[in-house]
Amino acid sequence: MTHPYIPNAEPGVRAEMLAAIGASGVEEFYADIPADLRLDRPLDLPAPLVAERDLVRHMDGLLGRVTDTEQALSFLGHGCYPHYVPAVCDEVNSRSEFLTAYAGEPYEDHGRFQALFEYVSMMGELLEMDVVNVPTYDGFQAAGTALRMACRYTKRSKVLVSGAISGDKASKLRDFLAPDIEIVTAPVGEGGEVEVESFDDSYAAIYLETPNVYGVVETRGRELADLAHAHGALLVVGADPISLGVLAPPAAYGADIACGDIQSLGIHQNHGGGQAGYIATQDHEPLVAEFPSRLFGIAPTKVPGEYGFGDVFYDRTSFAHREEGKEWVGTAAALWGITAGVYLALMGPQGMRELGETILARTRYAMDALAGAVTVLHRDAIHFREFAVEVPSSAALLAALREQGIYGGVPLDDRTVLVCVTERHSIADIDRLAAAVAEAVRNPADAVQNADVKNQETL
Amino acid sequence: MNNAESFAELPVAPKPPLRRFHQARWDEPIIFELSAPGRRGVAVPEPGAPLVELPGSVRRAAPPKLPELAQLHVLRHYLRLSQENLGVDLNIDVGQGTCTMKYSPKVNDRFAAAVAEVHPLQHDDTVQGVLEIYWRLERMLAEISGMSRVSLQPGSGSAAIYANIAMIRAYHAARGEGHRDQVITTMFSHPSNAACAKTAGYEVVTLMPDADGLPDIEALRAAVGPRTAALMITNPEDTGIFNPRIREFVDLVHEAGGLACYDQANANGILGITRARDAGFDLCHFNLHKTFSTPHACGGPAAGACGVSEDLAPFLPGPVVAFDGESYRLETPPASIGKVRPFLGVTPNIVRAYAWIMALGAEGLRQVAETAVLNNNYLMHKVLQIPGASAPWDRRRVEQVRYSWQELSEETGVHSEEIGVRAADFGVHYWTSHHPYVVPEPFTLEPTESYSKEDLDEYAAILAHVADEARRDPEFVKGAPYNQTVHKIDMTPLDDPKEWAPTWRAYVRKHLS
Repeated sequence: MTHPYIPNAEPGVRAEMLAAIGASGVEEFYADIPADLRLDRPLDLPAPLVAERDLVRHMDGLLGRVTDTEQALSFLGHGCYPHYVPAVCDEVNSRSEFLTAYAGEPYEDHGRFQALFEYVSMMGELLEMDVVNVPTYDGFQAAGTALRMACRYTKRSKVLVSGAISGDKASKLRDFLAPDIEIVTAPVGEGGEVEVESFDDSYAAIYLETPNVYGVVETRGRELADLAHAHGALLVVGADPISLGVLAPPAAYGADIACGDIQSLGIHQNHGGGQAGYIATQDHEPLVAEFPSRLFGIAPTKVPGEYGFGDVFYDRTSFAHREEGKEWVGTAAALWGITAGVYLALMGPQGMRELGETILARTRYAMDALAGAVTVLHRDAIHFREFAVEVPSSAALLAALREQGIYGGVPLDDRTVLVCVTERHSIADIDRLAAAVAEAVRNPADAVQNADVKNQETL
Repeated sequence: MNNAESFAELPVAPKPPLRRFHQARWDEPIIFELSAPGRRGVAVPEPGAPLVELPGSVRRAAPPKLPELAQLHVLRHYLRLSQENLGVDLNIDVGQGTCTMKYSPKVNDRFAAAVAEVHPLQHDDTVQGVLEIYWRLERMLAEISGMSRVSLQPGSGSAAIYANIAMIRAYHAARGEGHRDQVITTMFSHPSNAACAKTAGYEVVTLMPDADGLPDIEALRAAVGPRTAALMITNPEDTGIFNPRIREFVDLVHEAGGLACYDQANANGILGITRARDAGFDLCHFNLHKTFSTPHACGGPAAGACGVSEDLAPFLPGPVVAFDGESYRLETPPASIGKVRPFLGVTPNIVRAYAWIMALGAEGLRQVAETAVLNNNYLMHKVLQIPGASAPWDRRRVEQVRYSWQELSEETGVHSEEIGVRAADFGVHYWTSHHPYVVPEPFTLEPTESYSKEDLDEYAAILAHVADEARRDPEFVKGAPYNQTVHKIDMTPLDDPKEWAPTWRAYVRKHLS
């Protein structure tokens, strides 16, 4: 049978094409590959499931061995967030026309250019910044690139990085900024905010994250911007755009570069596959020159009233100049950018404000609800969406909650659990968590038993 | 009873030789121009708890100037924009050479959607099925490449190249050879090899093609030495020419103490034919959105896979999936370079790539390779019959060809970019080449296994027609496009800081205020 994905594997057409070329067989086309490099056996792979029905059965078997966050009550966040995804977001990003397009010109692919231009434009409004990139891979990469941009811009090679970021992001920054950039970590104070003890002219930037890894909203942005600027350095702020309907955008308190992940904006958790990164600055040419990413802009056409699009300042990129470009550019996460644009258009200014208010209120409600049973950290700080609690044993508590069908949070260490609350959680959901936590803490023996040795927590 | 006067006859006449295409043209405004105060696309749950008062230092002062639209109007706007694209599902997408535009089976999108609400930090016990897919895909890619272990963490091909370089850097550092500060690549390897190496702190040495179109082995001999960290090379290169002396290249680098890293972003023509490890490579990478069929999605989300030999396995990005014969769990390799991306990988695409390989098996993958190569050679046979088109170096090609319109351009003054834009008026597109244009007036075609003979005939006929138009009326071709969403764009403002408008607010400030 001719495989459904390979029309010209049909022997008749294959023979016809070979005859047209004047080749005796496909072997001729491989004549440049030396015999000693040839694989002289078939690949050792599982038997194929050519019939779609058989493949579906096989995949259902595998994917059935998953209990997702719709089947359990999940309070997991820590970089990937369970926000509600409007149906229109899924409708748009599953359209064949967007899903299977790639790198055509701004004529036959005009829609892709316009949709991405609109995404960066809506992000620009949210951030109060004039330049936003076509998405990079994720928020980790956005932070790494933003810091490299600051180093190139200031011609310095040392950065002060908030200690209140995730361990995985710190790991990425260590790898990505090595070997030429020194990272100094700013400690986290009692209240959950970062404290900058010393700073001087050797630094290129301060990297602040808000809300930070503990869900704490940093309140001293203006102070840090002034400090950085007094020393000729930049303030780089990592901010989740979903918070900006209620929280001041980084530009409002003097940030020079904003960056972060846009997964919160209408993109499912996707087991971590929904991440995409933004980087934004003001329209300051020397800083724009440091973007590695593509920037799309409006250009006129021959016909009045028509918007054309194209690449702004293409000469920055590795596409134009290989290693002489800034870092590199390539396929990253464009469809998530389009999706985030759809989300922002659906929400509008009022929706973003209301969403922020709901999340702030429910986060506070959850902190208060859990405070009776466990120690809620940084209680006096403003929290958005996440907060940390101290417990006798992270693994034991989470195992006990799992028994109740609850994914209670992400363990930050043996005794600290990070709890995430969004607009998707009802007050009843939060009450259920609080009751289950109280129960687990009241009966630690059961909880520890449930934790069992094999239930080792994973990060 | 229809009383109107007849004006056409049955049977309907045959189709003309070329498709009478016109791209969707909705003349759609920018979304901000569709806004009216007070409209809403979606409502948000009420807090249900007391509101939190924010201090002035962190409170947003003025609402963001986002557009305000009703739900239908948001949907309609984006569906109109969606129609103004040419994806694989709509065109004979053989023209975006090096990009491996193949069919992404619809059923795989359903599997991908099944992980939509899985959180990446769920306990291992609750995601055994996903971890098993990672494990199985890793084993399959290890078999396809001959490598020992494979990381599925990178978000794309270029991110995988970067991860490979980070492993190379860590490997040399661990052996006290951190002084190796040069990476060698070739002009017809993807520019990300050079760019990622530079970002990672390396000096880049680029080998130019020799008289046969192959990377110059004498130049390599001159370049390798105690400073060599690695060779980063594509094969077949972007020309479609397979370098038969590849093992010598690898050996030369090994003799100098360097590592050999194979850019297999596009391995489509050699699946089951030849393997990276068998040629002596220490590392390689695949783009799952190229060879392994995950959709290109307007430029991502994609996924990359890094394959490494046993010696490099301790340096892989963490975590990777381990299997003890009973259950799957995550572990971080002992000398891991750390994270290159959040979480485990782009799981929806891992799921799609796994399903694609499962639908094909060993024999199917070999058929993919052989058919992609047959299609390429058939299309080359057709294209080279077009006066003015050539394939420099006159050598055998594997899965793609970097052609040249040099002869046609010299004769007519029409450039390759312009021919591509005009070709799009017939419902297909093509890509020229990465910069610099070593092949003059380039165009790169890669017909993969997905297209039929009729598709290839149609594509070649379109190119032949446009080449003929260029001879008859060069100004007409230069004025293209005519059947697209918009007409010819004046790109000059995009490079002028006073005029460029990378967002709507910049456009309003510079041009409407």
